[in-house]
Amino acid sequence: MLYREAGQYKTNYAADMAIFPLREDRVGIAIIILAAYSLAFLGNSFLLQAVMIPFLVFSLAAIGLNILTGYTGLLSLGTGAFMGVGAYACYKLMTAFPGVNVIVWIFASGFFSAAVGALFGLPSLRIKGFYLAVATLAAQFFLQWCFIRIPWLVNYNVSGALDAPLRTLFGVPVVGATATPQTRYLVVLTIVILLTWIASNLVHGRIGRAWIAIRDMDLAAELMGIRPLQTKLLAFAVSSYYCGVAGALLVFLWYGGAEYDVFNINQSFFILFMVIIGGLGSLIGSFFGAALIFIMPIVLGIVLPAMLSPFGLSVGADVIEHLRFMIVGALIIFFLIVEPHGLARLWQIGKQKLLVWPFPY
Amino acid sequence: MRAPDNPVAAKQDVLLAVDNVSLGFGGVKALSDVSFDIRKGEIRAIIGPNGAGKTSMLNCINGFYYPTEGQITFKGVKRPKMRPYLAARGGIARTFQNVALFKSMSTLDNIMAGRSLKMHANFFWQLFRHGPAMKEEAAHRRVVEDIIDFLEIQHIRKTPVGRLPYGLQKRVELGRALAMEPELLLLDEPMAGMNLEEKEDMSRFIFEVNQQFGTTIALIEHDMGVVMDLSDRVVVLEYGRKIADGTPDEVKRDQRVIDAYLGVAH
Repeated sequence: MLYREAGQYKTNYAADMAIFPLREDRVGIAIIILAAYSLAFLGNSFLLQAVMIPFLVFSLAAIGLNILTGYTGLLSLGTGAFMGVGAYACYKLMTAFPGVNVIVWIFASGFFSAAVGALFGLPSLRIKGFYLAVATLAAQFFLQWCFIRIPWLVNYNVSGALDAPLRTLFGVPVVGATATPQTRYLVVLTIVILLTWIASNLVHGRIGRAWIAIRDMDLAAELMGIRPLQTKLLAFAVSSYYCGVAGALLVFLWYGGAEYDVFNINQSFFILFMVIIGGLGSLIGSFFGAALIFIMPIVLGIVLPAMLSPFGLSVGADVIEHLRFMIVGALIIFFLIVEPHGLARLWQIGKQKLLVWPFPY
Repeated sequence: MRAPDNPVAAKQDVLLAVDNVSLGFGGVKALSDVSFDIRKGEIRAIIGPNGAGKTSMLNCINGFYYPTEGQITFKGVKRPKMRPYLAARGGIARTFQNVALFKSMSTLDNIMAGRSLKMHANFFWQLFRHGPAMKEEAAHRRVVEDIIDFLEIQHIRKTPVGRLPYGLQKRVELGRALAMEPELLLLDEPMAGMNLEEKEDMSRFIFEVNQQFGTTIALIEHDMGVVMDLSDRVVVLEYGRKIADGTPDEVKRDQRVIDAYLGVAH
């Protein structure tokens, strides 16, 4: 089957405005989703626990930051803190109302970080670019201070850490020490697919156009009747919602417990790099970015020793570790030089080429 | 032709009145004591040499600046200090001297963005891109397609506007302003940097917008041929002051206008 636009006629505007107007794209997405679900039954627990679950969690956080930085053009360094708000909120809700299903609380915890995010988004009306980044940095430090200094957030736990109490879904443990990687993977996957679908609905509609309009030319956007403050705050809220849910997933479905320093400034930068390398203003780019930044080092960690051993080189784990950093760093620079607009643009170009293949245009 | 024989009737069809408006930035006076009006259904040209304050005038009208002195009355209501989106809500649309399109969006999306004020499907339906939200998108897409047909830009519907040549970008920008279905359309040098053919097309579009939709248009333009042919009345600014106001023929004969454009012998 060739990847072609020809012959696929649209008879109404709704079909033409579909997110995947091409049949081939729809089939492709269906295959990817199916493959992702079957991975739960085919993959071993290392693959699920150490690769796939964190990859999906980081992708979700990257989508959140992409809505803010990529689509609306507001640079934020508070991602880690907003993820933290989600995680702490989820913990408080889960322990205060143990009877309610944990999935409900994971979705609800996002609203807390949305509120906090919107609050810290208020300066965005007046300041832009690097200055806004500094303002969000304040959010990062202030919230992290809260996580350390307010013991109420961890229910006066002496260790000061979040722990994951046992919670079940349909009788199967999903949170807690007894939850298997398989169940946790399936839950995370479903949540990420659902939220990605919603994000793609948002960015393709009126709200997404308002966000991009503010990013591309805020004065003209205002003249179209798009209110800058509301639009930016909505971007902050939605973005933080995604980060908050990602934070809750990170603690309760991946780590199974965490301390405050999971949500430090490094985490913020980590997510920001994913967004920049994946592609600003692209949802699929968020997945690419998370894959490159998170999965690539793991793959190298496995592949490098195997590659070096035939040469009789037995190198220590520390050397492998250093090599890994160097290669990942070099790859990031390489991709940024080849395509400054991120991996998503490469993907776009590839698809465009495939559409007209074997002709150049 | 439109001379105010009956002052009462003439007052009534004034859409926007600028009364003794002055605008200063620190020590610099961009506009001083300018008064004129724009009547419903006319094409009003604002001309003047570079730096005369034409764009500052438009910026006052659509709310980017607030006059330091004087009043702007729109549809009979004196305007308070306002943000541009309120002017947009009131029915004022605008294009820019340097194209101000949303570069990464397609032509379609740019013009759809112009419909923002008319779209009301709530956030909940937007989340699912279903039901009322999708119905609304399709309904507005129909209007946008009409505008695309009108401006003869069907072939670039899905092209990101950043990749379009300048003349077409100007046309898309006009389309985006038209999508707002404005009562007053402000055009800031719609023909700057265009070749003759493009100018003819643009003039035709401006004329047709005025004739077919009855949109009131205020335009800034340097091409005198275009101004004299298109406009019903012309106001001439120089150094932030109004030096002439009247029909194109009257303005053309005005000695101060001739001096401003050709210079005075010293």
